[in-house]
Amino acid sequence: MSATTAPPTAVGTPRVKERGPGGGVINRRRGSVATVIMLVLAIAWLFPLLWALYNSFREYSYTQVNGYFSVGGWTLDNYQEAWSRGNFGLHLKNSLLITVPAVALTLFLSSLVAFVLARFSYRFNLTLLGVFLAANLLPPQALLIPVFRMFREIPLPTFMSESGTMLNSFWALIFVNTAFQMGFCAFVLSNYMKTLPHEIYESAELDGASVWRQYWQLTMPLVRPALAALATLQVTWIYNEFFWATVLISRGEKFPVTSALNNLRGQFFADTNLVAAGSIIVALPVLIVFFVLQKQFVSGLTLGSTKG
Amino acid sequence: MTTATPTQDAPRVKKRRGAARVEKRRGTRDRLVIGAMVGIPTVLVVWLVWLPALASVALSFARWNGFKLSSLEWVGTQNYTDITTIYPPFWPAIQHNLIWLVFLFVLPTTLGILLAVILDREMWGSRFYQTAFYLPVVLSMALVGFIWQLFYSTDQGLINEVFGSNVDWYGDPDINLWAVLVATAWRHTGYIMLIYLAGLKGVDASLREAASVDGASEVKTFFHVIFPVMRPINLIVLVIVVIESLRAFDIVWIINKGRNGLELISALVSQNVIGEATRYGFGSALAVIMMVISSVFITIYLRIVFREERR
Repeated sequence: MSATTAPPTAVGTPRVKERGPGGGVINRRRGSVATVIMLVLAIAWLFPLLWALYNSFREYSYTQVNGYFSVGGWTLDNYQEAWSRGNFGLHLKNSLLITVPAVALTLFLSSLVAFVLARFSYRFNLTLLGVFLAANLLPPQALLIPVFRMFREIPLPTFMSESGTMLNSFWALIFVNTAFQMGFCAFVLSNYMKTLPHEIYESAELDGASVWRQYWQLTMPLVRPALAALATLQVTWIYNEFFWATVLISRGEKFPVTSALNNLRGQFFADTNLVAAGSIIVALPVLIVFFVLQKQFVSGLTLGSTKG
Repeated sequence: MTTATPTQDAPRVKKRRGAARVEKRRGTRDRLVIGAMVGIPTVLVVWLVWLPALASVALSFARWNGFKLSSLEWVGTQNYTDITTIYPPFWPAIQHNLIWLVFLFVLPTTLGILLAVILDREMWGSRFYQTAFYLPVVLSMALVGFIWQLFYSTDQGLINEVFGSNVDWYGDPDINLWAVLVATAWRHTGYIMLIYLAGLKGVDASLREAASVDGASEVKTFFHVIFPVMRPINLIVLVIVVIESLRAFDIVWIINKGRNGLELISALVSQNVIGEATRYGFGSALAVIMMVISSVFITIYLRIVFREERR
């Protein structure tokens, strides 16, 4: 949740595209000083994850005897142990069951709003955008009490929620995440849609295409790149969401993996190597997304800061 | 990065006029469809964000244990008085949130901007550096707190091992806030760098050339030419940092549920709902304080966005 404020704005004529000679070439001496500093900083920044990776493969008893600066004591047991003690199989499945529908719903609903905002100019357009964008920025804790109380009162049939209420159900998290994330997505998508040539809609109108067809068959295929970038971003954000899952879910077996960390703290923190293995397991899905879809991730974040 | 960069040249004014002309001929069915397209998402956001926001305001003037509606009692501004006078964690929490804000500005934000400015240059290995710095951005703050346990653990942590010290970095109320802030900075720096880098790419290259032709030094060029042009991005960064330090929650909750040196307003609200005592009115008053502070900055943010929209 902490990464949800992304920056929609524009400076001059933004091109996120790689510019030729960037902001100019630095002179040689200063350049090499900068390179050294950057290298040191970059290694420092990578260090925590590398350290976690390194120690996740080492035996607790070995590091206890030889200290953490030693080499050796290789094992895979930490992963096995962390996996079973942390019940990660279940929690990762929960995360999947929340993240996928929430991202799909967010993208679908925000593309609807974005289409109307981009395609038509109603007087309420700006107000509407404000309603969604401001929601994206409000601290979620400020809404906790009414949402919590309301969800406790909303009954759900048991096949939808074992607890019989909205509280403790995945539906609660899917809806809440969607409501919060729509603002950012609608904003980015509507800006993207505004760059589509208007002529395509004029000819669609002449052909008598309905609004729905203009949206679904004409616009949606054209905004696929933006949807891909946003999907990547939203998957990591909703997977990482901690607050709502922590407060709206009280049954241990229902937690998605990020908030499950809270319960694992007690049993893991006595064994740092186990913490390392657990951290790598939890980080792995987003790291994979990050490395495979890095371009999408970065363009998703910067999409908001460029405007067509 | 190139995939999602729409081109700039579609003339918007003409487009708007075209849209308006077409609208008049729209049939009932299309109008219903448009209504639903806007209506359904709006209902969701009003239901889960705006109504709860209003309800928080209303509840902040009441005393309620959350059970029967009949037990709800209107107490005026009593909750606010209690918070500021007899609620011990409140002022520490305010102080911590402020320290959080100042720290984020002074260190990671400045560093992130500096990194962006340097990486905006042609530089060998720029891609690698960028990846290194924004790698932590994809991790959740809860996980960051978990990972840093490897450094902060009293008996197994790296820091204590290197310095031969015996400090409980997460537990000692005098220092745990700083330990948490360092971990937060690890993630925050890359985030700011990314935003600023995107902004810098948008600065017209000719501005920079003109400055260097005039013989301005690089530092001067940045402060006198680039920084002023980046005004919207600077404001966005300001808003992000404020909102982030107000919303900070995950990492302190995972460490000790926001007690013992790690009190934050967001954690206090949560403690009053899912903690031992359910004091809804009291918690709501805390929530409203958060809302009021954030709304100032949300307004700034929206004004920037709307100004860009109208252009």
